[in-house]
Amino acid sequence: MKRRPLRVVLLTAVGWLVALVFLAPYLQMFLTSLKPERELNKSPGAYLPDHWQWNNYVDVWKHAPIWTNMRVSLVVAGVATVVTLVCAMPAAYYSARNRFRGRGAFLLLILVTQMFAPTSLVVGIFREMVALNLTDTLLALILVNAAFNLPFCVWILHGYFSSIPKELEEAAFLDGAGRVGALFRVTLPISVPGVVTAVVYTFISAWNEFIVALTVTSSPNRQPLTVAIPSFITQYQEHWQYLFATSLIAIVPVVILFVFIERYLIGGLTAGSVK
Amino acid sequence: MQHVAVKRGAGHPPAPRPSLLGRIGRALVPLLWLGPSIVLIAVVVLWPVIEMVRTSLLKFTSSGTSLGFHGTGDFTDLFAESDLVPVLLRTLVWVVGIVIVTMVLSLALGQLLNARFPGRRAVRWAIIVPWAASVLMTALIWRWMLDNYSGLINRVLLDLHVIDKPVNWLAHPHQAMVWMMAVAVFVSLPFTSFVILAGLQTIPADVYEAARVDGAGPLRTYFGITLPLLRPAVLIASIINVINVFNSFPIIWAMTGGGPAHATDTTTTYMYKLAFNDQHIGESGAMAVVNFLLVLVMVLVYLRAARWREEVR
Repeated sequence: MKRRPLRVVLLTAVGWLVALVFLAPYLQMFLTSLKPERELNKSPGAYLPDHWQWNNYVDVWKHAPIWTNMRVSLVVAGVATVVTLVCAMPAAYYSARNRFRGRGAFLLLILVTQMFAPTSLVVGIFREMVALNLTDTLLALILVNAAFNLPFCVWILHGYFSSIPKELEEAAFLDGAGRVGALFRVTLPISVPGVVTAVVYTFISAWNEFIVALTVTSSPNRQPLTVAIPSFITQYQEHWQYLFATSLIAIVPVVILFVFIERYLIGGLTAGSVK
Repeated sequence: MQHVAVKRGAGHPPAPRPSLLGRIGRALVPLLWLGPSIVLIAVVVLWPVIEMVRTSLLKFTSSGTSLGFHGTGDFTDLFAESDLVPVLLRTLVWVVGIVIVTMVLSLALGQLLNARFPGRRAVRWAIIVPWAASVLMTALIWRWMLDNYSGLINRVLLDLHVIDKPVNWLAHPHQAMVWMMAVAVFVSLPFTSFVILAGLQTIPADVYEAARVDGAGPLRTYFGITLPLLRPAVLIASIINVINVFNSFPIIWAMTGGGPAHATDTTTTYMYKLAFNDQHIGESGAMAVVNFLLVLVMVLVYLRAARWREEVR
């Protein structure tokens, strides 16, 4: 086929324009985070800061206890990820390797759970946490995030485990590695992309979770970043520059992580119905 | 190893009938592996469902103390709210509008991401950003960009002479809804476009070759071949998008708070405000049950579309 340079030029132009549209709000976040407070009230707003206040990124840590909130986000997301993985791995492995009564029912339960976001159950979750005396605890957030990300992890790991031929594992088993040894020496290393995707995705969803944290936590030192940052804007003061500096600190690392797992995501999110 | 080889060579002796205890034991083995997952789902997903239904049947004081069984009283109260019908209609417009616009744009974006041009990887990365970033934070930057005095959007529109004085976009319910729907489309697009892209990548090249040999133009090829073959991807992406958009909370919460009063609420924010702002806990439970049933219907549609039984073989 003949190369059509005009077509490529057009595609490139459209492509880069689309990229700009998707990045524009975050670019605006960046520019706002660098404005001194007095420039924020200019009307109409300026495109660029007159004075580039890089210090905002230093001052924000002193202005608000964002380190505390960040630690909460890290602990919740980190522990939830571990809990999810510990629950998902054996389930995914067993259901990929064996046919047994109740397998279909289990996978259906997983699929249905995936479709129910915490939002649709938030009233029930809140009432349960009140009953368990778990309101305003990190444990409540960890449990909720672990459970609602479990389906994705089960699906993606299930896919990987199913794709590894049983014979490969049996060979290691016969060589005396034992069932668990075979799992750790053969199956898991091959499934690394699946495990990494599960870990990163769970961590990011827990990191970004908002509605349950908003509902369940009340003490400022037990609130994750998502719940804490709106408090930069109150009736009395509006620190948009700090709000967006904190936002970018929260967003940039997870975007970078996300880029690495992008190509593995769709299979797990659509339960493999689009291959 | 030797032992196993000998045994294999000799063939399997007929297995003795397992004892009852052995059979029970065998049936319990799966529970050992699946147990942790089942417990987690039971405690965090099933329990709240029961708790939610119970809440919708109880009477509460405004401080949240239960006054006992209330029958269908919470539902009667909810259906008597004058805000309910507008909220339901708004939710319908919200979901249908966002999903249609999202799907049309995703079909175009998927095509773009599948085409070859320099920098395609970087463009894919850029489109991922709203997917990875917190939706709340994305909604907050949009709120700031739509600010009456200092917002970028008013500035750009003033410079382009589209408007002659700043507009307070989020103060008027209709304008606010349109902008919030645009933000919802913005955060929905990455996922749906990548599902479409995944679908496009499954279409074999020789199908297009055949169409070219038959002399089909680009439009005919797209509507005759690409779109029909994309059907499963479009279906799955739209159902998941419907569920996500229906459950969407942070966008409205951050941009208008559902206000003024309930003028920009959907059923999700309405349910939340009933419980946590207005202290009508029983009514909120009733709203939650209604929402839950609506999502359940969507999930059933998804299960049909995903043909999950074939998937798990």
